[in-house]
Amino acid sequence: MNSGFADRKYILNIDLSSYSYSVEERDDLSEQIGGTGLAVELMKENLKPSADPLSEENVIVFAIGPFTPAYPLASKTVAMFKSPLTGNLGESHAGGRSATSIANAGYDAIVIRGRSEKPVYIVVDNERVHFRDARVLWGIEDSLITGRIIAEREKGRGIRSIMRIGGAGERLVRFAGVMTETYRHFGRLGLGAVFGSKKLKAIVIIGRGSREPLDAKKYREVYDEIFRIATTSDAMKKYHLIGTPVNVAPLNELRALPTRNLESGFFEMTEEISGEAFAENNLARRIACNHCPTACIHIAALKEVYEDEPYFFKTIMISYDYELIYSLGSMLGVGERDGILKLIHRVETYGLDAMSTGVVLSWATEALKKRVITEKDTIIPLDFGDYKGYLKAIDYIYLQPNEFYRNLALGVEKAAEIYGGEEYALSFGGNEMAGYHTGEAAYIGYLIGLRHSHLDNAGYSIDQKLRERLPPEELIDLLVKEEIWRQILSSLVVCFFARGVYTPEVVSKAFEPFGVEISEEELIKRGERIYREKLKLKTNLGYRADKLRIPEKIFNIESFRGKLNKNYISEALSYYRRKYLSI
Amino acid sequence: MAGLLTIKDIEKCVGCGLCMYACARRKVRKPFIGHDHSGILAVSLSGFERGATIIVCKACPDPPCSQVCPTSALIPRKGGGVVYREKLCTGCDNCIEACTIGAIFKRRDGKVALCIHCGYCASYCPHGVIEYISTKQKVSEKQEVIK
Repeated sequence: MNSGFADRKYILNIDLSSYSYSVEERDDLSEQIGGTGLAVELMKENLKPSADPLSEENVIVFAIGPFTPAYPLASKTVAMFKSPLTGNLGESHAGGRSATSIANAGYDAIVIRGRSEKPVYIVVDNERVHFRDARVLWGIEDSLITGRIIAEREKGRGIRSIMRIGGAGERLVRFAGVMTETYRHFGRLGLGAVFGSKKLKAIVIIGRGSREPLDAKKYREVYDEIFRIATTSDAMKKYHLIGTPVNVAPLNELRALPTRNLESGFFEMTEEISGEAFAENNLARRIACNHCPTACIHIAALKEVYEDEPYFFKTIMISYDYELIYSLGSMLGVGERDGILKLIHRVETYGLDAMSTGVVLSWATEALKKRVITEKDTIIPLDFGDYKGYLKAIDYIYLQPNEFYRNLALGVEKAAEIYGGEEYALSFGGNEMAGYHTGEAAYIGYLIGLRHSHLDNAGYSIDQKLRERLPPEELIDLLVKEEIWRQILSSLVVCFFARGVYTPEVVSKAFEPFGVEISEEELIKRGERIYREKLKLKTNLGYRADKLRIPEKIFNIESFRGKLNKNYISEALSYYRRKYLSI
Repeated sequence: MAGLLTIKDIEKCVGCGLCMYACARRKVRKPFIGHDHSGILAVSLSGFERGATIIVCKACPDPPCSQVCPTSALIPRKGGGVVYREKLCTGCDNCIEACTIGAIFKRRDGKVALCIHCGYCASYCPHGVIEYISTKQKVSEKQEVIK
């Protein structure tokens, strides 16, 4: 089955409305490479642009790349769908065992359409697909327990991926995610709600498979080279040791750590919640995505005492990262590690996106202070720093006991549209912001990035690297250039953390054992094409890059270069529109 | 001297499965991509919240898998474990049943995959979970312990 190489692609089509499936063998998709490129094409073919994201018309594509499972660090899957959060293109990436399971099952992509009448979960077992009754599982709000039950019932230990939703997805919270292998997530842009709307509780993919390279000798050589770079050079070091939270302290020093709904870029309790503090006091274990030597997944152990029962404890294992410490820590003014871990665990339980949850709650806190909303809306008082209140509020986002929480579950953009307080509703393109108040490049990056993610074009990194502001035109070109290269990385699909390993030269070389010759220039060309196609798809879905809302608040606080320059941002955006939207 | 794949520190296993993929690549002329031909399985311990481990042949001195093989496809190997003579394997799965730790795996072509203690995987373990030692070393270390 899956050739994994350029010529043929195997697409598994699953229709939930008719409980049927078919496999398509395609030889016309090699230009798309895989992953993002392939998903864009399959979305164009299958999605009606006017589709309601929560109707049976929406389509979900999972796509992997040609290097999975041939090489290490090619451990990610791209999910594409129409986002119920933004109403535009949704794209979310996750690792775990998702990619290798799809590859070993023999597929390049899985397309899911339709809607089941009653709750189901799907089991893909190599060439067979089973539709299983999930009526008993529906209503189990804990995504961890759902995962355990399915793991017990189904075979394929070690060679399967269990992607599932928690209660937030069932209840259509627009920023609900899909969890896989407990600690990895298709977190952003609401794939969990799309699952929920299709009455799809989970997908299990069991894959056992093998294929052979064309050039055996070369394959082993290239493998060894990639393995060597990944394990002995500094390319991945940052992710090995303290993990992504290593950024907490330096960003705070730069006044770039968004704090209390961006009241400041400096959090005075950073010492307590830095990557170093978590590593020293809470880190209990590290685990890896399948076929990745890095093991960047940092797991903390949280021991909790039952106050009314002496000598009775529970210990829960919680995965933490930079973005979670920002969104559920500094952004909410929470400076206790235990409090942050409890919030992360609650978010994981219901299957919510951590960044969106934090930003939604930080907006609600400010809105309550400014009396845009009242305690009648929030039911409980929300105060920066009071994690116990936020735990309760997360319960309410899931339960949606009143109109306010029903609106909050639509995301901060919609909530602010309804109640006001838009100037401090920190979303860009409808997506709640990531944790970088580094300067103009970061914000322009959120705005023009096709996923509205900090990872699209790494504006935050440009801000930090450059001493001087670039002319706005140059900055835009730089951001787009980076995003174009990242289209290749996410089409291959290698982890963005491995971008230092998979240079254009290495990528080109890695194709050779499969009889595919592709020069570095050709790679860039394909990246440009994928970028253009994705932008076109977004535009067809109603994206208007000239109508993006910029929350006024980002201009009020200092960054390490002083206050953000409004004119600079509008000049940059106007250049972007002229140059890139006309193609 | 024949070598043995041994576990150095299983608690360090992060479940990455690099050993599993290495095993499939072990043949110079016929490396496989994927894990169908792999004699190692990387698993989580009922979910990654409890950690990870690998399942691999422990090189029994008196291997039950070879005793139940009707065609002598599996014969005891000097120093522990078995030699797998693939051509003779009928795919009856008796060995899979016989292995108490579940370290023999069914391939999609009907045959089986198991560790032959070649040691190729050991150099790909990024975290020092497994190591390749000489059979002699194993015996002497055991004697050390007994003393």
